Amino acid sequence: MEEDTSGTVKKFLYVNRKAPYGTIYALESLEVVLIAAAFDQDVSLAFLDDGVYQIMKGQLTKGIDVKNFSPTYRALEGYDIEKLYVEKESMDERGLTTDDFCVEVKVISKAEMAALMTSSDVVLSF
Amino acid sequence: MLHTVNKSPTERNAFDSCLAHAKKGSAILLIEDGIYAALKGTPAAKKLQETMKTVPVYVLEPDVEARGMKGRVVEGVKLVDYGGFVDLVAEYPTTQAWL
Repeated sequence: MEEDTSGTVKKFLYVNRKAPYGTIYALESLEVVLIAAAFDQDVSLAFLDDGVYQIMKGQLTKGIDVKNFSPTYRALEGYDIEKLYVEKESMDERGLTTDDFCVEVKVISKAEMAALMTSSDVVLSF
Repeated sequence: MLHTVNKSPTERNAFDSCLAHAKKGSAILLIEDGIYAALKGTPAAKKLQETMKTVPVYVLEPDVEARGMKGRVVEGVKLVDYGGFVDLVAEYPTTQAWL
């Protein structure tokens, strides 16, 4: 007998720690984020360590002949994904500010990030 | 010899290892995620500027642009395109790729 899971909403957290383009992690994370969104789940995205580089403004990938997927971060709002968190320490270490990002984010401390991770039902690591 | 680095300095130790092995007469070329080592306001760039006193440093411009980092490369680092990459490989007798 199948369990009826319709209407079950879990808190999903996508942890992004890699720079874009050098590896496939950033793009794959986005793909899975969109899948969760299709199932009307409570989705949050976290950017820490090199993951903060994913949302840099002004990415121009013509020269390396790779798809520029950064506009997708701005499109997430249309899928009701509006909780994007950036870890302050990661941003500061790299000399970046929120003005450098292509999308609106909430800046949180390392301790707050740890709390966010702990309070999530499902954590997906990229 | 030519040293290439394609990993982020905050993700792997390839960049630090490269700096520790790059002697006078050689050159360093940062490509792919290696370009993050050349950005203003980062600890890696500070180390790089020290190294640049003896060793020329190049960065692959298409990789800088792809990552939205145009205009953020520290002073003294020379931007090259793919043709320049080939020229560097041809100019130095050997290449060590810090992967």
